[in-house]
Amino acid sequence: MIESITNLFSNFWVSLAGKLLLVATMVPVIGMLLGFAEMKLSAKMQSRVGPYFAGGRWGWAQLIADGVKFFQKEDLIPEDADRPVFKAAPILVMVGTVSLFLVIPFGPGLIFEDLSVGIFYALAISSVGTIGVLMAGWSSANKYSLMGGLRAAGQLIAYELPLVLAVVGSVIMAGTMSMSGIVEAQISAGFPFVLVQFVGFGIFMIAALAELARIPFDMPIAESELVMGYVTEYSGFRFLFFFLAEFANMFTLSAIAATLFLGGYWLPFVPESTLEFTGPLILIGKVFLLTFTMIWFRWTFPRLREDQLQTLAWKLLIPLALANIAVTATLKVVF
Amino acid sequence: MVTDSDLTKHLSEAQVSVELQTEDMTLNIGPQHPSTHGVLRLVARVNGERCFDVRPVIGYMHRGYEKLSEVRTYLQITALINRIDWVSGYANEIPFIVAAEKLMDVEVPERAQYIRLILTEMARVSSHLIFMASYPLELGAATPLFFALRDRERVLDLLEGVTGGRFHPNFNRIGGVKPNAGAGPTTKKTPQDLPAGFLAETRDAMSVVLHTCEEIEDLVGGNEIFRARTKGLGVLPPEVGAAFGVSGPNLRASGVKFDLRKVESYLPYDKFDFDVVVGENGDCWDRWWVRLQEIRESAKIIQQAVDGIPPSGPLQAKVPKLIKVPKGETYVRAENPKGEMGYYMVSDGGTGPYRLKIRSASFSNISMLSWILEGVLVPDIIAIMGSLDFVLGDVDR
Repeated sequence: MIESITNLFSNFWVSLAGKLLLVATMVPVIGMLLGFAEMKLSAKMQSRVGPYFAGGRWGWAQLIADGVKFFQKEDLIPEDADRPVFKAAPILVMVGTVSLFLVIPFGPGLIFEDLSVGIFYALAISSVGTIGVLMAGWSSANKYSLMGGLRAAGQLIAYELPLVLAVVGSVIMAGTMSMSGIVEAQISAGFPFVLVQFVGFGIFMIAALAELARIPFDMPIAESELVMGYVTEYSGFRFLFFFLAEFANMFTLSAIAATLFLGGYWLPFVPESTLEFTGPLILIGKVFLLTFTMIWFRWTFPRLREDQLQTLAWKLLIPLALANIAVTATLKVVF
Repeated sequence: MVTDSDLTKHLSEAQVSVELQTEDMTLNIGPQHPSTHGVLRLVARVNGERCFDVRPVIGYMHRGYEKLSEVRTYLQITALINRIDWVSGYANEIPFIVAAEKLMDVEVPERAQYIRLILTEMARVSSHLIFMASYPLELGAATPLFFALRDRERVLDLLEGVTGGRFHPNFNRIGGVKPNAGAGPTTKKTPQDLPAGFLAETRDAMSVVLHTCEEIEDLVGGNEIFRARTKGLGVLPPEVGAAFGVSGPNLRASGVKFDLRKVESYLPYDKFDFDVVVGENGDCWDRWWVRLQEIRESAKIIQQAVDGIPPSGPLQAKVPKLIKVPKGETYVRAENPKGEMGYYMVSDGGTGPYRLKIRSASFSNISMLSWILEGVLVPDIIAIMGSLDFVLGDVDR
């Protein structure tokens, strides 16, 4: 019986379908979980109650109700919009998010595709979403959307570099670009890389916030300036796509940070033989710790200005990241 | 045959246009926009993110209060002028009532004056707390909003307890004040008075407000991003401010030590000890900082007034049943939370004014928008506009 199931899954198409199904359920579930966490945490920080009535207790069904609401909404497309581009943009954003799930190791062997260039793939694919954002801004035929889209493009160019450079330190230390390889390197080293790569970790988290366009780097959306930025003209399930993609992206970028710097699915003093079961829990625990920090930032900080963000990226983060690489490489050669 | 010299000659002759031809875009901000405080509309020419030739368009909220006042009695007009600057409705009533009293030559009892003063300062605290809430929100920080609104509610509850209205108290009568029905003891002989425990609760509320000021100073003022966004931005030199008729905290932030509470005698401010807070540079940061300090000064005044208020006494001077203001004209101005608010009242001896000219603070304060917004970035438009703290009802009237 077990053998026949294993045989079934060794078929390429069946295993592909299974993986797709799993990712397709993970994205909305994680998006809703984090969305709900954000609602409740921000309420706590602002002496409010937050969602309360939906679902009976603690308003646990609030996000489900919101999702259903979005599907009932009329799907409005502005008259002057570039229709095919307008329709494709949220899908492209979603594709960028979903593809990121493929290379995150949830445990030893628990990975959708263990690419040998995993981290390279992840960084490349994470910028696809920004093209979707630019498309959304351009095709909406709205000046605010256009400005939001262009701001997002500027942000991508400025923050892709520190994001990539911050990762290099860990890659040098591990000697591999495979995501599970990096975790294994941390297991054999006996410590999470953040102890040495704290500069890289900090830069990665700042750049990830900018990549996600969350406060203090939410200039592409900037409600008080650009109304809603590139999502101004979106409604219904297309808007839901942007919304889910943001939260799912929060998860994936945190998961990459956890994998590269915090030891991924591994925790010291947890026996390695149990990692197949405890691994996913450990990883998700670390991810929630990081996403909590992101939510905390969002409800504490004001927004930077576009030129201040560029200054921060080009004059501070990139030189710092380069110095970090130089130091790491030197130490790697010396020891 | 092409020689090397031909090539270099060719290259030197080639003209490459390095100047990028870009087209300006007209950006219409408002009247329905999240940060235009209602229905202000700005038409800006935008080159990338830089704005030129910003023209404010007002009038979307014109309600014709000056004309309406000509066909209403003095008692009815106080209900109208509450709605000019609705964030500090109570403070609007004072100069109007004082102008009418000045024409009628009525002496207001001291206890009523103290109550007016306490409530005016409460209106200032609540108005400035709204600014403390909305300004960080415009810069993207949502949490200070809830901190400020939470404690503004304490102040509004007290205002409501005395006057019966949170936003539109309609509390002043010519010759005194008229507490809410049900507030205070009501027997046949004694008139209604302040609700029991009002003074003690005011003292509590002020200590809460002072604590909030500390919190806001930490959370907002201590934030590097907030400093980076506001310092050195939207500098208003004192001469320019004075030329445009800017008044109130906006002018004081530019370093002009001018406060009508110290100059005019519409309420007994001379009995209290408080400072006029001035800024140094006149940038957005100073405008924010001056308002924060003014909350503290107002709390100081209220605490002194609560200690010094006469324990009992009439709240209403003797005035005729049918109020007719003698022929004459006067101008009374007061230091409102937003700036100088004045009423030029002309009476022909009837039951209502013949003409009422309203000088509202926000109208003059935003008259310099096109000057101060010339050549700034789009995000800075919002930051500068927010720091001027105007209310559209006060602009359009």
